[in-house]
Amino acid sequence: MTALPRYRRPATPVFGALGLLVALGMAEAADALWRAPQERLRIARERQIVADLGLSDLALFTEARYTRHPALADHAAAFQDAPGSFEHFPSGSFVPPAGPWGAARLGFSEAEVTR
Amino acid sequence: MNALRRQRALADYTIAALSRRKVKNLALVAVFSLVVFLLASAMFFASALRQEADAALEGAPDLIVQQLSLGRQAMISADLIDDLASIRGVRDVRGRLWGYYYDRVSGANYTVMVPEAGQMPPPGQVIIGEGIARARGLEWQGAPLFLSRKQGDLNRFDVAQTFESDSALLTADLLLMNAADFRAFFSVPEDMFTDLAASVRNPRERATVVDKASRAMPDARFVTRDDIARTYMKLFDWREGMMVALAAVAMLAFAIFAADKASGLSAEEAREIGILKAIGWDTRDVIAMKLWEGGFVSLGAFLLGTTAAYAHVFWAGAPLFAPVLKGWAVIYPAFRLAPGVDLSELVVLLLLTTLPYAAATVVPVWRAASADPDAVMR
Repeated sequence: MTALPRYRRPATPVFGALGLLVALGMAEAADALWRAPQERLRIARERQIVADLGLSDLALFTEARYTRHPALADHAAAFQDAPGSFEHFPSGSFVPPAGPWGAARLGFSEAEVTR
Repeated sequence: MNALRRQRALADYTIAALSRRKVKNLALVAVFSLVVFLLASAMFFASALRQEADAALEGAPDLIVQQLSLGRQAMISADLIDDLASIRGVRDVRGRLWGYYYDRVSGANYTVMVPEAGQMPPPGQVIIGEGIARARGLEWQGAPLFLSRKQGDLNRFDVAQTFESDSALLTADLLLMNAADFRAFFSVPEDMFTDLAASVRNPRERATVVDKASRAMPDARFVTRDDIARTYMKLFDWREGMMVALAAVAMLAFAIFAADKASGLSAEEAREIGILKAIGWDTRDVIAMKLWEGGFVSLGAFLLGTTAAYAHVFWAGAPLFAPVLKGWAVIYPAFRLAPGVDLSELVVLLLLTTLPYAAATVVPVWRAASADPDAVMR
């Protein structure tokens, strides 16, 4: 008499895979915690560089003046390169204008202008 | 205990049923994971960049004063240093020298600066960012940097130091020069600066100081550290630019999934439910089975997508986003990010992926399961 093949529960490998993914997620959380002290040191060094050099912007997009230093860019930079050119540089589409504008008022005396 | 065994058996049945349409369901999980992966990658990337920018730019000048002339920024006179310094609450006013240099050899733009403090390069020497070394191929120790302003002009600078790639996010394209070299190289007169930077003793006084200073210097534009922070807040904000595009595409994909599921059951699925009811399954069991199905698919896709996104952004350095950052730029920072995951955003992503999917699977099934099995099977 041959023995019946053992019944394998179909969900077991799926639960196993989900368990593995949860374990991977926990490993990533542990990685984040483990790296945190080094990263804090690195960011403190960066802050020192910013203070020493008087930097105002990140070197994220170096292709145009107004994307290299968005905080210091001319307010009307959009059409500076060529007439009719909406946006010359790809990164210009990701960097929103700094704003806010329109804080000024028109008036004849100082009392009218200041709020 | 009994309920647990019942649920376990339902899960087993669900997996067996799903594996009958293995390819379709695996493709579903794969596409779903890809959507979550893209969304989570963008989220991790943006939030890590925002944290980095916030922390690093805390050291930025409190107040930057630019001279405006004919609607554009112009050089500012050194005389205004004293005017600014005379305002109460303002201290450490210093003129900044910086500008851009277009390198015709590599086609890259460099940001040339004179450091305010810290290490000042000696005359004839420069400190460069790793991006410049990369663009110019200055691999060997002691390689000089030649800069040309026009044809026939060649200036030799010795590289005193190269910034570590640790700080590439801030220094990739920086070229630090001695003040005398800077003035000579760019023909800047002695009494002119690019702009002025100042500290304000009390952060709450910044608005008042700007108010007073703009009366004293009506032609100037004032950029405070809060303005800088706001600029970067906007840049990395979910509601802006790239994030919107990505989120909109992902939402569309979710909508297609949900519509596909919610538009009704296939005849085969309806038959299956009818048979289950006919052999004695409870409506509750059928719905529990479908919940398991939705749970397996959406939770699996969420776990797969987010863990892969973490690995993509924080272990591999976000290679998928590199083309976006590069654009047409020759120099782009090769930076790594400190893992910073916003838990509330992660929870929102979890709810956004699992809840609509679960609802979309359960509602049509509930309708089929509560109907007469005979009618459903016909």
